[in-house]
Amino acid sequence: MTATDSRKSRGNSGAWPTDVVVVGATSAIAEQCTRLWLEGGASTALLIGRDEEKLTRIATDLGVRFPAAAVTTLVADLVSPASISATVAGFAGPGTFGAASGAGLTVLVAHGSMTEQEESQASLDAAASVLEITGVSPSLWIEACADTMTAGTISVLGSVAGDRGRKKNYIYGASKALIEAMTEGLQHRLAGSALRVVLVKPGPTATPMTTALPQAGLAPVEAVAGEIVAGVNAGRPVVYAPLKWKLIMAVVRNIPTPVFNKLNF
Amino acid sequence: MTVARVSSWGRLSDAEHSVVPITSAAGAGAILAATAPGIARGMERSYGDVALNPGGTLWDARSLNRFLAFDAETGILRCEPGVLLRDIQATFSRQGWMLAVTPGTSVVTVAGAIANDVHGKNHATRGTFADHVLSVNLVRTDGAVIVCGPASNREWFEATCGGLGLTGLIVEASIQLKKVPGPWLLAENIAYQSLGEFFELSDASEAEFEYVVSWIDITTDGGRRGILSRANPTPSPHRALPRGATVLGGVRSGPAIPFVPPFSLVNKATLPALNRAYYRMQHLSLGSSVVHYKPFFYPLDAIQEWNRAYGPRGFFQHQCVLPRSVGASAVAEILGHVAASGQGSFLGVLKTMGSRPALGMLSYPREGVNLTIDFPNLGDSTLRLLARLDSVVSQAGGRLYLAKDARMPVSLFRAGYPRWEEFLQYKDPGMSSEMSRRLLGS
Ligand SMILES: Cc1cc2nc3c(=O)[nH]c(=O)nc-3n(C[C@H](O)[C@H](O)[C@H](O)COP(=O)(O)OP(=O)(O)OC[C@H]3O[C@@H](n4cnc5c(N)ncnc54)[C@H](O)[C@@H]3O)c2cc1C
Ligand SMILES: NC(=O)c1ccc[n+]([C@@H]2O[C@H](COP(=O)([O-])OP(=O)(O)OC[C@H]3O[C@@H](n4cnc5c(N)ncnc54)[C@H](OP(=O)(O)O)[C@@H]3O)[C@@H](O)[C@H]2O)c1
Repeated sequence: MTATDSRKSRGNSGAWPTDVVVVGATSAIAEQCTRLWLEGGASTALLIGRDEEKLTRIATDLGVRFPAAAVTTLVADLVSPASISATVAGFAGPGTFGAASGAGLTVLVAHGSMTEQEESQASLDAAASVLEITGVSPSLWIEACADTMTAGTISVLGSVAGDRGRKKNYIYGASKALIEAMTEGLQHRLAGSALRVVLVKPGPTATPMTTALPQAGLAPVEAVAGEIVAGVNAGRPVVYAPLKWKLIMAVVRNIPTPVFNKLNF
Repeated sequence: MTVARVSSWGRLSDAEHSVVPITSAAGAGAILAATAPGIARGMERSYGDVALNPGGTLWDARSLNRFLAFDAETGILRCEPGVLLRDIQATFSRQGWMLAVTPGTSVVTVAGAIANDVHGKNHATRGTFADHVLSVNLVRTDGAVIVCGPASNREWFEATCGGLGLTGLIVEASIQLKKVPGPWLLAENIAYQSLGEFFELSDASEAEFEYVVSWIDITTDGGRRGILSRANPTPSPHRALPRGATVLGGVRSGPAIPFVPPFSLVNKATLPALNRAYYRMQHLSLGSSVVHYKPFFYPLDAIQEWNRAYGPRGFFQHQCVLPRSVGASAVAEILGHVAASGQGSFLGVLKTMGSRPALGMLSYPREGVNLTIDFPNLGDSTLRLLARLDSVVSQAGGRLYLAKDARMPVSLFRAGYPRWEEFLQYKDPGMSSEMSRRLLGS
């Protein structure tokens, strides 16, 4: 097997992007995905986020790992619709590197916020903020990408929490369900075009978002990122990471409501 | 902060700890002050209690895992403490640089490698991990920041390398990498049938090979058969990388021991067969071949969570280094005790250590012969056997490796590590682990 052949083997299926754009690039999951994409051969990465210092630290690390790659950072408001459309136009509109990259462009929209359910339940303002940051904003990013890009892959981090609302985290879950319906609609709308839309549903993963959860059930972020990158490269419509969550959530979704409502999880 | 059950690699305990994430070097001092006393944890690849603090604080800086700078001319890497050796090897072997010293697993943090001053299969030529560290930045629980290295604050450096995480939280390090022709090694496996043959072969190999290590069958009394592996870096640019070295092959889950079996799979009934099987397997690959660094340096990393195979009670590792003058007879004596007990495992390692004295006050490596054996925890009978092995080590004037220890007596610690009192001057009073309370009194 040569090095090029091995890319086609399990785990390296699908096409590697030449250019990646990561929105919410400071997310631990997104950072690992970016490392893998650059390692797999992408030559540029644009990191978009709200925290300049954090973006710079990540870009420095990527620069050391992949001296041949061009890594740039962009501080942007991730929530306002005007900022979203201007930013997407700036990397994917006519005449940009994103447009030139064609099918080689992969966008990952990763940001989200998981406030404690009690907190978001206690105030409508807190609930609105979770819905906006985790549901509305990522949805607008992928909508803007679909309107602007003509080829390539648009991927977004949903969650297994969006598969069925439960009392422990339904406000967060509802924002992920919003993303799911958006991706389904976009996949329908863009069927047959050169654009692919991928919904990623990570299971519980060890990242800063989950430091307050029991650590035993959390998957390592590197392994989750490996599944995500493989699924996005292959353009699969829905990617569960790790895969076992596909089965688990199929079971959870099919528990009859009267039974489900008696469960405490 | 979150309360979590934490075990080290030996799985001898799973006590609750308050795990406190450290996510920036700048913010570390305030968090340490607010949550001390405690101890830092890396990947918990140490076998015993060096990175455990049951019921107390465990600082977790593993998300500080970024490279800060690399000079491709000099091979000097500056990085955060949570960077894994695995990432250093993978990243820089592509650019012609690798770690000069690596332990037998790559799933280890830079800070953990410094705190235990780890060694590899090339101790004779390259010394220990600390011999290639250029500087370390420490944050103490009183907020003080100390930068130390071989030429500045040398005494802090000697305390910190091999310092068991007790001199301060490591938030940054600079490391000198070693120039290599690529990720490949030319390796050779040779069978030996007696200890005498091992020593002859090992001495002869050290003159010509950078890496020398041997697996020894601990069950065959009298025979003492084993396989010696020796290797040198080799250029081999046209080879395809093994699957584990492809981008996604390296991070997607490989084979794993999926759950903890109700009893140790390694036991009296299976032990001789396991050793026989291992010997036969290795015997098939006698001779020379070009191998990737992963299977050569890190054979056990291929199976995730292999430590579960020892069952719910976990296992001990007994690793000692014995002065060369008495080494041969002491090794024979230890193997005699082990064979007579019927305990042990199929992971026996015998290797010689070079004469370069380690710089850390509590560093393990010293000139002599190193013997490493795993023991499934059978309770009292295992502890009694380990005490018998301790007395051989003690009589030979040897020492046990703290990274592997969960139970050595204080007397053996003090005899093996004569600089322990000097070390106490540098210990942060706000840093304390199960091991430090056991062996250093606080
Ligand atoms: C399969 C296997 C093979 C091995 N082979 C070898 C070998 O060949 N040679 C060898 O020398 N060792 C070997 N080891 C042991 C291993 O290399 C050491 O135990 C190593 O120190 C583990 O690093 P860690 O990141 O897991 O740290 P941990 O085990 O979690 O902690 C080790 C020490 O580092 C300290 N520490 C961690 N982070 C920090 C920080 N940020 N600041 C200050 N202190 C910190 C802890 O307090 C503790 O004292 C092996 C282990 C395994 C499992
Ligand atoms: N970890 C899991 O178990 C898990 C499971 C399923 C799905 N996910 C999803 O995966 C994605 C990444 O999460 P992660 O686990 O990698 O967590 P993480 O490291 O905490 O990342 C969270 C990301 O969201 C950004 N963010 C948070 N609040 C924001 C706000 N108000 N405005 C703008 N950006 C904000 C953060 O930016 P800053 O760095 O600037 O704060 C960061 O980029 C999220 O969408 C999450 O819902 C995670």
